[in-house]
Amino acid sequence: MGCCCRGGQAIPGPGLAVTDVPQFALVDVNNFYVSCERVFQPRLEDVPMVVLSNNDGCAVARSNEVKALGVKMGTPWFKMKDLARQHGILAFSSNYTLYGDMSNRVVSILRDFSPDMEVYSIDESFLRIEAVAHLYGSILAMGQQIRGRIRQWTGLPVCVGVGPTKTLSKLANHMAKKNPVFDGVCDLYALSRTERGQWMSQIEVGEVWGVGRRINQRLAAMGIETVLDLRNASPKTIRTQFGVVMERTCEELRGNSCLELEDVAPPKKQIMSSRSFGAAVECIEELQESVATYVERAAEKLRRQGSEAGAVYVFVETNRFKAHEPQYSRGLTTPLPVPSDDTRILIQAALRGLKTIFRSDYRYKKAGIMLTLLSDKGTRQATLFDEPEKTARSTRLMAAVDAANREFGRSTLHSAATGSTQRWAMRSENRSPCYTTRWDELPGVK
Amino acid sequence: MKISDPIKFTQPTLTQAPEVPGQVPLAFEFKLLKHRLSAGFPSPAADYAEDGLDLNDYLVRHKAATFMFTVKGDSMIGASIEEGDKVVVDRSLRPRHNDIVVAVVDAEYTIKRLYKHRGQVELRPENPNYQPTVFKDGAELEVWGVVVGVVRRYPARG
Repeated sequence: MGCCCRGGQAIPGPGLAVTDVPQFALVDVNNFYVSCERVFQPRLEDVPMVVLSNNDGCAVARSNEVKALGVKMGTPWFKMKDLARQHGILAFSSNYTLYGDMSNRVVSILRDFSPDMEVYSIDESFLRIEAVAHLYGSILAMGQQIRGRIRQWTGLPVCVGVGPTKTLSKLANHMAKKNPVFDGVCDLYALSRTERGQWMSQIEVGEVWGVGRRINQRLAAMGIETVLDLRNASPKTIRTQFGVVMERTCEELRGNSCLELEDVAPPKKQIMSSRSFGAAVECIEELQESVATYVERAAEKLRRQGSEAGAVYVFVETNRFKAHEPQYSRGLTTPLPVPSDDTRILIQAALRGLKTIFRSDYRYKKAGIMLTLLSDKGTRQATLFDEPEKTARSTRLMAAVDAANREFGRSTLHSAATGSTQRWAMRSENRSPCYTTRWDELPGVK
Repeated sequence: MKISDPIKFTQPTLTQAPEVPGQVPLAFEFKLLKHRLSAGFPSPAADYAEDGLDLNDYLVRHKAATFMFTVKGDSMIGASIEEGDKVVVDRSLRPRHNDIVVAVVDAEYTIKRLYKHRGQVELRPENPNYQPTVFKDGAELEVWGVVVGVVRRYPARG
């Protein structure tokens, strides 16, 4: 796509100019994981808390109270234990089941505001709103309605940033989040040109979407330190120094929309499942169990999106950070004779791959699998090796397994290859209940 | 993969398989032919087919705003809400006088009937053994959501 393509489309209708500029709204949940936990535990309101990554390693979400203590994103939990004791910081293991469900709720509410949207991440979505904003009186009024409805319907606090480009809507969102004066909604072009310039001159260039730390340093060397500096830089100069991506960013800061909404996420081309182990694993039996478990999870996702896999990739690696230990890492793709979505067949292939790449006398830190060469189930041409009877039976069995696991909780029914002790399993010692997805974990009310 | 040569069957696998004139049927054609057969005789009931009853449709009006809680205790026994019942809570509704609501009192969830009349705000249990909670002059009541249904399953038999 070329640069500076005007995203604005002719929108027929009274009172709207034919060359209406696009308006992007970025809606972003504040401290998403922390906020999800708080919806279901009123006592956590105003309590300093963090949510930890897989394996209870690092802080991946911080409450405002914790941010105020200067704890940075990604701080390992063991490094802040003293601080935690001092200030009573609570730590939760991540509960992705809960966060996923809450995210789906937010997305479905947003879709009612504008069908023209891009789900950018679990807690961020872009909306095109130029065609619908007038229904709410103004962009700011629409932003407040979005904010109010998500808060009321889900209990989650969000901020809304609006601008004529995606990059500017991100910036506006950042401003809304950091400055109470905006009351959670910032429409960059509702500010005067002078005001906008002032705000931009106060924000570091590193806050701009797409400006990473390395680029940040090189920009600083060129005297570009604030958002305004980058906005005022010559796009051509930026292009020669950093390439087209940064040039686009520069144009977007000037209000020229270069980035369109990405359409609804296409079905995944590959499905990955991997984890670091809680404890180093040395024997093949334990690796087999974990690999089988990953395949099981990935296969469930595969069936949910109605695909079949043509090959299974499996990999193992030792702990790179323990330089004194012998290192080994390897991966292998095992193709299937016929694409399949049958957990048993996929596990077989993964285990065959694992057997080939496994070497004893190493302490493994991580293993994983990837289902690749995905295709739509049902649109595939028949092959000589197809056995329609068998396939139908397998489909029914897999549907039954998925249904049972949905109803009674994950891994109620699972392949025996996944083992039953799972010493290697992810540490998640303080995970909150799955309040919204499991009958036996619903919140209680007196 | 292309199948160019017909596969020979020693025995038909479908006893009712229609014959393709002058040809041995190809394996992948069975499905198509079968399909065409049934399409030729539309079921007289097809026009009257409905999806069946879905309890989700019945109980949930705003999916994104609906949550479920498990009832503990007997404070709402008079409203036929018992220990262990699952209540359906809709956050999209504005709580009104006489609604059964889930509220947050002292950082705990409580299910009570909302009394909101002539400036008087109370959470009233439906059990004479419990006292109502009265919200006086500016004390803020935080309603979490409005109860719109209750689900009870009897213990499995056998």
